[in-house]
Amino acid sequence: MTRRLILLLPLIGFLVLSLFLYQGLSLNPFHRESALMARDFPEFNLPTLEDPERRVDRSLLQTGELTLVNVWGEWCPECKREMPQLLDLADRGIRMVGVNWKDTREKGLGFLEDFGNPFETNIFDPDNELGFELGVFGAPETFLVDRDGIIRYHHTGYISASDVREHILPEVQKWQ
Amino acid sequence: MAVIRLALIGILTLLMAGTLQAGAIEVREFDDPVMEQRYRSLTASLRCPTCENQAINDSDAPVSRDMRNHVYMMLMDGRADMEIRDFMVERFGNYVLYNPRLEGRTFLLWGLPAGLVLAGGVLVALVVRARRNASARELSAEERARLEALINRGRTE
Repeated sequence: MTRRLILLLPLIGFLVLSLFLYQGLSLNPFHRESALMARDFPEFNLPTLEDPERRVDRSLLQTGELTLVNVWGEWCPECKREMPQLLDLADRGIRMVGVNWKDTREKGLGFLEDFGNPFETNIFDPDNELGFELGVFGAPETFLVDRDGIIRYHHTGYISASDVREHILPEVQKWQ
Repeated sequence: MAVIRLALIGILTLLMAGTLQAGAIEVREFDDPVMEQRYRSLTASLRCPTCENQAINDSDAPVSRDMRNHVYMMLMDGRADMEIRDFMVERFGNYVLYNPRLEGRTFLLWGLPAGLVLAGGVLVALVVRARRNASARELSAEERARLEALINRGRTE
């Protein structure tokens, strides 16, 4: 009898493998961890959106204050939709820095006028210099940078009100 | 007939769409065929981070274009293939490698097929040996007598 049961082994193996692969089908490939997790915010040297004469670098994120860095562009509809949530986060006293990505100065400034400006500073990155270092593959993307300038959390895509409650605020709390 | 013609038109349109899309990817001229080969194999082995399943040499996504530019500039800069791959992985994660590296996390991925083949081989060897032993066993005196009786019965009938 036990010899017979051994014959069932391949079937059981097959079922286990199927189950494993089946649950993989429901994973969203865009929800993957950033390669920069737990690493220093990359070095950069770029002008700000507001003032072409003012150049900023990594020290902007090493001020001893926790910061949310949001990569956005005027051409990106999801960025417009998430603005109310970002304004809400700024209202809660969280320091926000924007990266105006693959955009023109004129359009970027117009966007802030139309949709509000939750950002303390906006880094102007029309040629994807900082974006590439951050491994950004589509806007919007948001990085949580802790007080020591280390990336602690990464959110790809649109931030909904429930994302704020369920992911962003707990992460902010955790790294405060 | 009409169906066949329609199908043909459909296929042709699809083919044309393919060439049109490929047209959106810049053409790079290389003086050195070795460099060209390296560029081709690098861009074919790096996966576009935003497309579901496309290599960066085949994708007109903006991020793929930027990645191709970096590959090109780094090649011209004399960097090794390994360095270029590392550079991309550092920014975009292991996701961009079509061939995951052999490390602790991917040990099972690479090891399982070889392990299964090995286990199968061992199983086959065991079964074959068991069978051979069974058939090679000598008949006992009692069995021989029974066999004899059976053969003789067949003859007399």
